[in-house]
Amino acid sequence: MTLFLYVILAPFLFAILLFGIGQQNFKRITLLASILPIALFGYFLSLTPTVINGDVLTSFTEWVPSLGINLDFRLDNLALLFSLLITGVGSIVFLYTSQYLKGHPKLLRFYIFLTVFMGAMIGLVTSNNILTLFIFWELTSISSFFLISFNNTEASSRKSAIIALTITGLGGLALLAFAVLAGELTGTYSIAEMLQSPEVFANNAYTSYLILFLFLAAFTKSAQFPFHFWLPGAMKAPTPVSTYLHSATMVKAGIYLLLRFTPHFNGNESFFIILLFVGGFTMLYAAINTLFKTDLKGILAYSTIGALGIIVFLIGIGTAASITAAIVFIVVHALYKASLFLVTGTIDHQAGTRDITKLGGLRKALLPLAIAGFIAALSSGGFPPTIGFIGKDLIYESTLNASINPTLLTTIAVITNIFMVFAGLIVGVKPFSGSKPESLGAIKKPHFILWLMPMLLAALSLIFGLFPQWVEVLFTHQITPLLTSVESPHLAIWHGFNLILLLSAITIISGIIIYFFWKPNHRKEQQIKRIEYLSPRSISLQFAQLFHNTSYFLTRVFQNGYLRRYIMIILVLLTLVFGIHIFINPRIFLSLKDIKALNWNEVVILFMMLISILFTVFTKSRLTAIAGMGVLGYTMCFIFVFYGAPDLAMTQFSIDTLTVILFVLVVYRLPKYLKLSNPTNRIRDGIIATSFGTFLAFTIIEIMNETPVKSTTAFYAENAYLLAKGKNVVNVILVDFRGFDTMIEVSVLSIAAIGVFALLKLHLKKHEK
Amino acid sequence: MEILLAIMTGVLYAAGIYLILRRSLVKLIIGIVILGNGVNLLIFLMGGLVKERPPLIPEDGKMLEGVFADPVPQALILTAIVISFGLQSFAIVLIKRAYKVLKTDDIDTLNKTDDIT
Repeated sequence: MTLFLYVILAPFLFAILLFGIGQQNFKRITLLASILPIALFGYFLSLTPTVINGDVLTSFTEWVPSLGINLDFRLDNLALLFSLLITGVGSIVFLYTSQYLKGHPKLLRFYIFLTVFMGAMIGLVTSNNILTLFIFWELTSISSFFLISFNNTEASSRKSAIIALTITGLGGLALLAFAVLAGELTGTYSIAEMLQSPEVFANNAYTSYLILFLFLAAFTKSAQFPFHFWLPGAMKAPTPVSTYLHSATMVKAGIYLLLRFTPHFNGNESFFIILLFVGGFTMLYAAINTLFKTDLKGILAYSTIGALGIIVFLIGIGTAASITAAIVFIVVHALYKASLFLVTGTIDHQAGTRDITKLGGLRKALLPLAIAGFIAALSSGGFPPTIGFIGKDLIYESTLNASINPTLLTTIAVITNIFMVFAGLIVGVKPFSGSKPESLGAIKKPHFILWLMPMLLAALSLIFGLFPQWVEVLFTHQITPLLTSVESPHLAIWHGFNLILLLSAITIISGIIIYFFWKPNHRKEQQIKRIEYLSPRSISLQFAQLFHNTSYFLTRVFQNGYLRRYIMIILVLLTLVFGIHIFINPRIFLSLKDIKALNWNEVVILFMMLISILFTVFTKSRLTAIAGMGVLGYTMCFIFVFYGAPDLAMTQFSIDTLTVILFVLVVYRLPKYLKLSNPTNRIRDGIIATSFGTFLAFTIIEIMNETPVKSTTAFYAENAYLLAKGKNVVNVILVDFRGFDTMIEVSVLSIAAIGVFALLKLHLKKHEK
Repeated sequence: MEILLAIMTGVLYAAGIYLILRRSLVKLIIGIVILGNGVNLLIFLMGGLVKERPPLIPEDGKMLEGVFADPVPQALILTAIVISFGLQSFAIVLIKRAYKVLKTDDIDTLNKTDDIT
């Protein structure tokens, strides 16, 4: 079905379209950007009847068939549930942002990233090809990076974005490893077809690696301990982003991955045990952390981590009931948490603070918002008759029927849920109750979108709670192959008086008690920070710092900005190469038969050469040095004359003269030589220079023992006159055979001449200097 | 003679490198010039030394015959000499300009962009 493919690609095309609209025009039509998520939501909703009957929608287009990468999309119940969440919460967030960030100079950029993210997320949950799943997975990480660093002028935003990208990027690499390994072992990159090789996932030499990579990917993305710490940092993003990416959808990608592969690992016990352990620990850890946060978004971040922990924990129990509970809880959590986030966003937008110790009594100014917050808090705490109550019931039902240690599991679940009640109340009720602190000032009435959107989500929590059968048909029917074997549990508010109801009551009452007696404040937050150095965050950052320091040190050593350091490194290495070559393979011998005899005039020239070099190097006067350099050039002329190169001699003579004249003219204006370096440095440089020169001389002598290849020379000797009609072979080479080279050389010289002229004639004004 | 010239090439290299490692801009350029001479001599040596037989085709001949100096290294060196003149003259004028603006010819003070205001 081609429409399906276009639907998946639509967000990316839409992002390009938005880009073309431009910032100025976009300001006027911001609301129109919400058309896309709403339309997609409508599309997925319209497919619901078909899909829940078990008809799977597919679309297959070859992309890179040789690598097994295909645009292979598949919409089953699980994908549909996630797609509805992504587009549904997406619609609300898109609408909400139009007011929340109204007039922001980078509004368009925000919408583009948000649209790309939505497309990536839909692609992720509908991909049947594990390699395209990986691509979409990485796209979500990247769009998340840009959205967290949206306020890119703040150092803390940038840092949080980098931490988030590093952690989720690490997970992305693990996912790639998993994809390739699973693909190689099963011989297919189609997730559905992988099911036909259960032995690979159950008991194979590589199964433990598969589990390791899959869990690394899922746990980093879904913020499980010890990779959870990027999520509280990601709260630096504008609140709509926190709502959408870091609570409702992106962080659930890891959960999605686990659910998607649950059928594959169905027969593998360690898969479920690890999930149980990690999820259980994460949920407790996060739940306790919520007590010590004073920033509303900080509390929500930890309660999100806790909720993700609960879902992983439920998958880990591994029964049909627990997986149903997990799936129901995904919906429950998305609804109430998104609502709470949006409530927080509006509070922040109107009151200018998210600090719980400074908020209170907002119900008068923000009554509709207070109602939304209240309902969301009820759902978060699992009060009847919200869907949160049903979700919590299912959790307890799963833990009580778990195959291993139901008492312990239930205890952990109850404790976590008590803190969830507390967190919900603190965020959804506390800012509105009591009396308003003086410091808050007048609160303006928000635009209706800013309270309507959280209200919509909260209302859904309530409606689904009252009519659970609507949810039931949507996502408990055949949602994973694991569930087909067992009859799905029936969702209802009222199950009669039983142990589960008692546990629910205990949870709610304890949560309320904590809410009334535990007041979060900055002192407590500071106290908990004392053991911060033990947290995975600090340890990871220290590791990153070590890495940073090491590279800084290496860069300072090798690239310290001093010219001589660079030259020295190159020379010392070259000297070592020469030296090692000569020591390993000494072939220095003097074959005396070809040696030209020495004339007295040659001896004199060589002697002059040596003297002029020594003068140039050791003189304390600039003019002497330049004169020495000139003399050296003239002695070179003589050598050229002696050995049959009159052209060279003439060129060297004229060029040398010009250089000396130019040099003298310029040096006249420069300061006198200063003794800048100390004796140690001079001795060190002397040793480097001398050893390099020595080894070079040895190498030259060694090379001169070889017979040179003269075929090129023979060609020119033969053809200089016949082809080019010239009798001076050197000249013929330059102006005829290699004429283009010479032409380019002339242009190089012209450019240099223009440069020289410009530098000499340039007169800077004072402020330009 | 070849051996003496080989040693002389080594001396030229050593002198050039030593000067390049100094902190004075003037010495740096003199070092480059000397190193350039060393390189030319090296290429010249590699072609083989032939005394007093320049690669000129005699008036009545059509090609080089017998013993003659190798024209290929000579062509290379000729190019090198001319190009190095372009480099040297530009560098010389540049240090003059640099000194005029920055009042220094110490390379070590020129390694930060921030100092130039």
